[in-house]
Amino acid sequence: MAKEKPAALQIETFADHHVITQPNPLRKVLRRVAEKDLDDPVARAEKALADLSGEFKNWMMIESDRLAAAHAAVLKDGFTDDTCEELFRAAHDIKGDAATFGFPSAAAAADSLCRIIEHAPDLGKVPAQLIAHHINAIQAIVRERTRLDTVSTANELSRQLRGIADEYLTHANRNRPEHLEAILAPSIVPTE
Amino acid sequence: MFRIDFNKLRFLVCDDNPHMRRILRTLLHSFGAREVYESEDGATALEMYTHYVPDIVITDWSMPIFDGLELSQMIRQPESKGNPYAPIIMLTGHSEKRRVTVARDAGVTEFLAKPISAKGLYQRILNVVANPRPFIKTKTYFGPDRRRNTTTAYIGPERRVGGEMEVMQQPSLLDKARTPI
Repeated sequence: MAKEKPAALQIETFADHHVITQPNPLRKVLRRVAEKDLDDPVARAEKALADLSGEFKNWMMIESDRLAAAHAAVLKDGFTDDTCEELFRAAHDIKGDAATFGFPSAAAAADSLCRIIEHAPDLGKVPAQLIAHHINAIQAIVRERTRLDTVSTANELSRQLRGIADEYLTHANRNRPEHLEAILAPSIVPTE
Repeated sequence: MFRIDFNKLRFLVCDDNPHMRRILRTLLHSFGAREVYESEDGATALEMYTHYVPDIVITDWSMPIFDGLELSQMIRQPESKGNPYAPIIMLTGHSEKRRVTVARDAGVTEFLAKPISAKGLYQRILNVVANPRPFIKTKTYFGPDRRRNTTTAYIGPERRVGGEMEVMQQPSLLDKARTPI
Protein backbone atom coordinates (compact mmCIF):
# COMPACT_ATOMS: atom_id res chain seq x y z
CA MET A 1 0.00 0.00 0.00
CA ALA A 2 2.70 2.46 1.02
CA LYS A 3 4.65 1.80 -2.18
CA GLU A 4 2.05 3.52 -4.37
CA LYS A 5 2.76 6.92 -5.85
CA PRO A 6 1.21 9.71 -3.76
CA ALA A 7 -1.87 11.28 -5.31
CA ALA A 8 -1.91 14.95 -6.35
CA LEU A 9 -2.72 17.49 -3.67
CA GLN A 10 -5.45 20.06 -4.00
CA ILE A 11 -4.42 23.29 -2.28
CA GLU A 12 -6.79 26.15 -1.52
CA THR A 13 -5.02 29.33 -0.48
CA PHE A 14 -6.56 31.79 1.95
CA ALA A 15 -5.19 34.97 3.53
CA ASP A 16 -3.29 33.31 6.33
CA HIS A 17 -3.55 29.60 5.71
CA HIS A 18 -3.79 26.86 3.14
CA VAL A 19 -6.28 24.01 3.08
CA ILE A 20 -4.61 20.96 1.58
CA THR A 21 -6.77 18.08 0.46
CA GLN A 22 -5.18 14.85 -0.59
CA PRO A 23 -7.21 12.22 -2.45
CA ASN A 24 -7.57 9.53 0.23
CA PRO A 25 -4.52 7.30 -0.27
CA LEU A 26 -6.03 4.61 1.96
CA ARG A 27 -9.39 4.43 0.19
CA LYS A 28 -8.37 1.25 -1.61
CA VAL A 29 -8.13 -0.72 1.63
CA LEU A 30 -11.81 -0.12 2.38
CA ARG A 31 -14.30 -2.66 1.11
CA ARG A 32 -18.03 -2.79 1.52
CA VAL A 33 -19.38 -5.95 3.14
CA ALA A 34 -22.86 -7.20 3.82
CA GLU A 35 -24.41 -6.30 7.17
CA LYS A 36 -24.54 -10.01 7.94
CA ASP A 37 -20.82 -10.44 7.35
CA LEU A 38 -19.70 -12.86 10.02
CA ASP A 39 -16.07 -11.84 10.06
CA ASP A 40 -15.56 -9.66 13.13
CA PRO A 41 -11.99 -8.36 13.42
CA VAL A 42 -12.65 -6.86 16.85
CA ALA A 43 -13.90 -10.16 18.25
CA ARG A 44 -10.91 -11.89 16.68
CA ALA A 45 -8.54 -9.42 18.34
CA GLU A 46 -10.29 -9.76 21.70
CA LYS A 47 -9.86 -13.50 21.51
CA ALA A 48 -6.18 -13.08 20.69
CA LEU A 49 -5.83 -10.79 23.73
CA ALA A 50 -7.60 -13.37 25.88
CA ASP A 51 -5.17 -16.01 24.60
CA LEU A 52 -2.32 -13.74 25.63
CA SER A 53 -3.74 -13.07 29.09
CA GLY A 54 -1.86 -15.98 30.65
CA GLU A 55 1.23 -13.76 30.49
CA PHE A 56 -0.34 -10.68 32.06
CA LYS A 57 0.37 -11.56 35.69
CA ASN A 58 4.05 -12.07 34.90
CA TRP A 59 4.19 -8.81 32.97
CA MET A 60 2.63 -6.96 35.89
CA MET A 61 5.19 -8.47 38.25
CA ILE A 62 7.95 -7.13 35.99
CA GLU A 63 6.34 -3.66 35.90
CA SER A 64 5.84 -3.71 39.66
CA ASP A 65 9.48 -4.71 40.30
CA ARG A 66 10.61 -1.90 38.02
CA LEU A 67 8.57 0.57 40.06
CA ALA A 68 10.02 -0.75 43.32
CA ALA A 69 13.55 -0.42 41.90
CA ALA A 70 12.85 3.15 40.82
CA HIS A 71 11.59 3.94 44.31
CA ALA A 72 14.68 2.34 45.86
CA ALA A 73 16.83 4.63 43.69
CA VAL A 74 14.90 7.65 44.97
CA LEU A 75 15.42 6.56 48.56
CA LYS A 76 19.14 6.08 47.91
CA ASP A 77 19.92 9.16 45.76
CA GLY A 78 16.99 11.49 46.42
CA PHE A 79 14.83 13.13 43.75
CA THR A 80 17.33 13.81 40.95
CA ASP A 81 16.20 14.37 37.36
CA ASP A 82 17.05 10.75 36.51
CA THR A 83 15.48 9.06 39.55
CA CYS A 84 12.39 11.20 39.28
CA GLU A 85 11.96 10.47 35.58
CA GLU A 86 12.37 6.73 36.03
CA LEU A 87 9.88 6.69 38.92
CA PHE A 88 7.40 8.59 36.78
CA ARG A 89 7.93 6.36 33.74
CA ALA A 90 7.48 3.19 35.79
CA ALA A 91 4.29 4.51 37.40
CA HIS A 92 3.03 5.89 34.10
CA ASP A 93 3.48 2.53 32.35
CA ILE A 94 1.51 0.77 35.08
CA LYS A 95 -1.18 3.42 34.87
CA GLY A 96 -1.52 2.73 31.14
CA ASP A 97 -1.05 -1.03 31.08
CA ALA A 98 -2.46 -2.43 34.30
CA ALA A 99 -6.16 -2.21 33.43
CA THR A 100 -5.52 -4.04 30.15
CA PHE A 101 -3.67 -6.70 32.13
CA GLY A 102 -6.60 -7.12 34.55
CA PHE A 103 -5.29 -4.96 37.39
CA PRO A 104 -7.46 -1.81 37.30
CA SER A 105 -6.82 -0.99 40.97
CA ALA A 106 -3.07 -0.98 40.35
CA ALA A 107 -3.68 1.39 37.42
CA ALA A 108 -5.67 3.72 39.69
CA ALA A 109 -2.95 3.74 42.38
CA ALA A 110 -0.29 4.36 39.73
CA ASP A 111 -2.36 7.23 38.31
CA SER A 112 -2.46 8.77 41.78
CA LEU A 113 1.33 8.42 42.08
CA CYS A 114 1.83 10.01 38.65
CA ARG A 115 -0.28 12.98 39.73
CA ILE A 116 1.89 13.47 42.81
CA ILE A 117 5.11 13.39 40.76
CA GLU A 118 3.67 15.68 38.11
CA HIS A 119 1.98 18.27 40.30
CA ALA A 120 3.81 18.40 43.65
CA PRO A 121 5.60 21.79 43.80
CA ASP A 122 8.61 20.19 45.51
CA LEU A 123 8.93 16.41 45.51
CA GLY A 124 11.43 16.62 48.35
CA LYS A 125 8.66 17.97 50.58
CA VAL A 126 6.11 15.27 49.74
CA PRO A 127 5.70 13.04 52.80
CA ALA A 128 7.88 10.00 52.08
CA GLN A 129 5.14 7.73 53.43
CA LEU A 130 2.65 8.99 50.85
CA ILE A 131 4.87 7.80 48.01
CA ALA A 132 5.87 4.60 49.84
CA HIS A 133 2.21 3.70 50.44
CA HIS A 134 1.49 3.99 46.72
CA ILE A 135 4.43 1.74 45.83
CA ASN A 136 3.49 -0.81 48.50
CA ALA A 137 -0.15 -0.78 47.46
CA ILE A 138 0.66 -1.44 43.81
CA GLN A 139 2.99 -4.29 44.75
CA ALA A 140 0.40 -5.81 47.06
CA ILE A 141 -2.39 -5.53 44.47
CA VAL A 142 -0.24 -7.29 41.87
CA ARG A 143 0.96 -9.95 44.30
CA GLU A 144 -2.47 -10.78 45.74
CA ARG A 145 -4.51 -10.47 42.54
CA THR A 146 -5.16 -14.20 42.26
CA ARG A 147 -7.21 -14.16 45.47
CA LEU A 148 -10.76 -13.15 44.62
CA ASP A 149 -11.45 -11.64 48.05
CA THR A 150 -8.72 -9.04 47.54
CA VAL A 151 -10.40 -7.27 44.62
CA SER A 152 -12.71 -5.06 46.70
CA THR A 153 -9.89 -4.37 49.18
CA ALA A 154 -7.66 -3.31 46.29
CA ASN A 155 -10.36 -0.96 44.96
CA GLU A 156 -10.82 0.61 48.38
CA LEU A 157 -7.07 0.94 48.90
CA SER A 158 -6.63 2.76 45.59
CA ARG A 159 -9.62 4.99 46.27
CA GLN A 160 -8.29 6.03 49.67
CA LEU A 161 -4.77 6.65 48.35
CA ARG A 162 -6.19 8.87 45.61
CA GLY A 163 -8.22 10.80 48.18
CA ILE A 164 -5.20 11.45 50.40
CA ALA A 165 -3.00 12.34 47.42
CA ASP A 166 -5.61 14.76 46.03
CA GLU A 167 -6.00 16.40 49.43
CA TYR A 168 -2.23 16.91 49.61
CA LEU A 169 -1.96 18.19 46.03
CA THR A 170 -4.90 20.55 46.38
CA HIS A 171 -3.35 22.10 49.47
CA ALA A 172 0.20 22.20 48.07
CA ASN A 173 -0.99 23.85 44.85
CA ARG A 174 -3.39 26.33 46.43
CA ASN A 175 -1.35 29.21 44.96
CA ARG A 176 -0.69 27.52 41.59
CA PRO A 177 -3.96 27.80 39.65
CA GLU A 178 -2.75 26.03 36.51
CA HIS A 179 -1.83 22.93 38.50
CA LEU A 180 -4.97 23.16 40.61
CA GLU A 181 -7.07 23.21 37.45
CA ALA A 182 -5.31 20.11 36.11
CA ILE A 183 -5.68 18.30 39.44
CA LEU A 184 -9.40 19.00 39.71
CA ALA A 185 -10.24 18.42 36.02
CA PRO A 186 -12.05 15.20 35.19
CA SER A 187 -9.96 12.42 33.67
CA ILE A 188 -10.43 11.67 29.98
CA VAL A 189 -9.82 7.98 30.57
CA PRO A 190 -12.92 6.12 29.38
CA THR A 191 -15.06 4.52 32.03
CA GLU A 192 -16.83 1.24 31.44
CA MET B 1 -20.88 -1.53 6.28
CA PHE B 2 -17.18 -1.21 5.57
CA ARG B 3 -14.24 -3.38 6.50
CA ILE B 4 -10.57 -2.62 6.21
CA ASP B 5 -8.18 -4.84 4.31
CA PHE B 6 -5.53 -4.72 6.99
CA ASN B 7 -3.22 -6.91 4.97
CA LYS B 8 -2.72 -3.98 2.59
CA LEU B 9 -1.71 -1.58 5.36
CA ARG B 10 1.74 -0.95 6.78
CA PHE B 11 1.94 0.10 10.43
CA LEU B 12 4.68 1.67 12.51
CA VAL B 13 4.23 1.14 16.24
CA CYS B 14 6.34 3.17 18.65
CA ASP B 15 6.25 2.44 22.38
CA ASP B 16 9.10 2.05 24.85
CA ASN B 17 7.20 -0.56 26.83
CA PRO B 18 7.75 -4.07 25.37
CA HIS B 19 4.49 -5.38 26.85
CA MET B 20 2.45 -2.66 25.19
CA ARG B 21 4.22 -3.29 21.89
CA ARG B 22 3.30 -6.96 22.20
CA ILE B 23 -0.34 -6.05 22.86
CA LEU B 24 -0.44 -3.72 19.87
CA ARG B 25 1.25 -6.26 17.61
CA THR B 26 -1.22 -8.92 18.72
CA LEU B 27 -4.19 -6.66 18.03
CA LEU B 28 -2.95 -5.51 14.63
CA HIS B 29 -2.07 -9.02 13.48
CA SER B 30 -5.50 -10.21 14.66
CA PHE B 31 -7.14 -7.47 12.60
CA GLY B 32 -5.29 -8.93 9.62
CA ALA B 33 -2.20 -6.70 9.36
CA ARG B 34 0.95 -8.34 8.09
CA GLU B 35 3.38 -5.45 8.08
CA VAL B 36 3.88 -4.09 11.58
CA TYR B 37 7.20 -2.38 12.29
CA GLU B 38 8.16 -1.57 15.86
CA SER B 39 10.46 0.87 17.58
CA GLU B 40 11.06 1.63 21.23
CA ASP B 41 11.94 5.31 20.97
CA GLY B 42 11.08 8.32 18.88
CA ALA B 43 14.47 8.62 17.16
CA THR B 44 14.39 5.05 15.85
CA ALA B 45 10.74 5.50 14.88
CA LEU B 46 11.64 8.51 12.76
CA GLU B 47 14.33 6.54 10.93
CA MET B 48 11.89 3.68 10.37
CA TYR B 49 9.23 6.12 9.21
CA THR B 50 11.55 7.38 6.48
CA HIS B 51 12.73 3.91 5.55
CA TYR B 52 9.50 1.90 5.59
CA VAL B 53 7.01 4.67 4.70
CA PRO B 54 4.17 3.32 6.86
CA ASP B 55 0.52 4.07 6.10
CA ILE B 56 -0.39 4.60 9.76
CA VAL B 57 1.73 5.49 12.80
CA ILE B 58 0.68 4.45 16.29
CA THR B 59 2.80 6.07 18.97
CA ASP B 60 3.01 6.36 22.71
CA TRP B 61 3.58 9.82 24.20
CA SER B 62 6.19 9.28 26.93
CA MET B 63 9.35 7.74 25.52
CA PRO B 64 13.11 8.18 25.88
CA ILE B 65 15.37 10.12 23.47
CA PHE B 66 12.45 12.00 22.00
CA ASP B 67 8.85 11.40 22.72
CA GLY B 68 5.73 10.76 20.69
CA LEU B 69 4.88 14.43 20.59
CA GLU B 70 8.25 15.34 19.11
CA LEU B 71 7.97 12.42 16.70
CA SER B 72 4.63 13.80 15.48
CA GLN B 73 6.11 17.27 15.05
CA MET B 74 9.01 15.87 13.04
CA ILE B 75 6.73 13.86 10.78
CA ARG B 76 4.55 16.92 10.20
CA GLN B 77 7.20 18.91 8.38
CA PRO B 78 5.56 20.11 5.15
CA GLU B 79 8.88 20.51 3.34
CA SER B 80 10.31 17.16 4.40
CA LYS B 81 11.25 14.46 1.90
CA GLY B 82 9.11 11.92 3.71
CA ASN B 83 5.34 11.78 3.79
CA PRO B 84 4.08 14.47 6.21
CA TYR B 85 0.43 13.40 5.80
CA ALA B 86 0.41 9.92 7.35
CA PRO B 87 -2.26 9.47 10.03
CA ILE B 88 -0.80 9.48 13.55
CA ILE B 89 -2.71 7.77 16.35
CA MET B 90 -1.42 8.76 19.77
CA LEU B 91 -1.98 6.03 22.33
CA THR B 92 -1.10 7.25 25.79
CA GLY B 93 -1.58 6.86 29.51
CA HIS B 94 -1.87 10.63 29.90
CA SER B 95 -5.38 11.40 30.98
CA GLU B 96 -5.72 15.17 31.19
CA LYS B 97 -7.74 17.29 28.82
CA ARG B 98 -4.85 19.67 28.15
CA ARG B 99 -2.84 16.73 26.81
CA VAL B 100 -5.42 16.19 24.08
CA THR B 101 -5.04 19.82 23.05
CA VAL B 102 -1.25 19.62 23.03
CA ALA B 103 -1.34 16.42 20.94
CA ARG B 104 -3.81 17.99 18.52
CA ASP B 105 -1.57 21.02 18.09
CA ALA B 106 1.38 18.74 17.31
CA GLY B 107 -0.53 17.32 14.34
CA VAL B 108 -1.82 14.10 15.89
CA THR B 109 -4.77 12.70 13.94
CA GLU B 110 -6.43 10.59 16.64
CA PHE B 111 -5.94 10.31 20.40
CA LEU B 112 -6.60 7.09 22.29
CA ALA B 113 -6.33 7.12 26.09
CA LYS B 114 -5.14 3.88 27.69
CA PRO B 115 -6.29 1.34 28.72
CA ILE B 116 -6.29 0.06 25.18
CA SER B 117 -9.02 -2.16 23.77
CA ALA B 118 -9.49 -3.92 20.46
CA LYS B 119 -12.63 -1.92 19.75
CA GLY B 120 -11.07 1.45 20.57
CA LEU B 121 -8.04 0.82 18.38
CA TYR B 122 -10.13 -0.54 15.49
CA GLN B 123 -12.41 2.51 15.59
CA ARG B 124 -9.48 4.93 15.45
CA ILE B 125 -7.93 3.07 12.50
CA LEU B 126 -11.27 2.90 10.68
CA ASN B 127 -11.70 6.62 11.19
CA VAL B 128 -8.31 7.62 9.78
CA VAL B 129 -8.82 5.30 6.81
CA ALA B 130 -12.42 6.20 6.01
CA ASN B 131 -12.62 9.85 7.10
CA PRO B 132 -9.34 11.62 6.44
CA ARG B 133 -9.46 15.33 7.19
CA PRO B 134 -7.90 18.01 5.00
CA PHE B 135 -4.60 19.41 6.19
CA ILE B 136 -4.20 23.00 7.32
CA LYS B 137 -0.97 24.91 6.90
CA THR B 138 -0.45 28.18 8.75
CA LYS B 139 2.66 29.96 10.01
CA THR B 140 2.53 27.98 13.21
CA TYR B 141 0.69 24.75 12.35
CA PHE B 142 0.78 21.97 9.82
CA GLY B 143 -1.49 19.01 10.33
CA PRO B 144 -5.01 17.65 10.07
CA ASP B 145 -7.81 20.20 10.37
CA ARG B 146 -8.30 20.69 14.10
CA ARG B 147 -11.90 21.81 13.68
CA ARG B 148 -14.28 18.91 13.90
CA ASN B 149 -17.40 20.49 15.34
CA THR B 150 -20.05 22.57 13.66
CA THR B 151 -21.25 25.35 15.91
CA THR B 152 -23.40 28.36 15.23
CA ALA B 153 -22.91 29.65 18.76
CA TYR B 154 -19.25 30.64 18.38
CA ILE B 155 -18.82 34.28 19.35
CA GLY B 156 -15.03 34.63 19.57
CA PRO B 157 -12.71 36.20 17.02
CA GLU B 158 -12.30 34.47 13.67
CA ARG B 159 -8.78 33.11 13.89
CA ARG B 160 -8.77 32.11 10.27
CA VAL B 161 -9.64 34.83 7.80
CA GLY B 162 -9.98 35.18 4.08
CA GLY B 163 -12.57 32.64 3.09
CA GLU B 164 -15.26 30.26 4.02
CA MET B 165 -13.99 27.30 5.99
CA GLU B 166 -14.64 23.71 5.36
CA VAL B 167 -16.29 22.31 8.47
CA MET B 168 -16.13 18.64 9.32
CA GLN B 169 -19.07 16.94 11.01
CA GLN B 170 -17.07 14.80 13.38
CA PRO B 171 -16.85 14.39 17.14
CA SER B 172 -14.07 16.30 18.84
CA LEU B 173 -10.77 14.64 19.65
CA LEU B 174 -11.59 14.96 23.34
CA ASP B 175 -14.98 13.32 22.95
CA LYS B 176 -13.38 10.50 21.02
CA ALA B 177 -10.65 10.06 23.61
CA ARG B 178 -13.40 9.69 26.19
CA THR B 179 -15.33 7.15 24.14
CA PRO B 180 -15.69 3.96 26.19
CA ILE B 181 -13.38 1.35 24.74
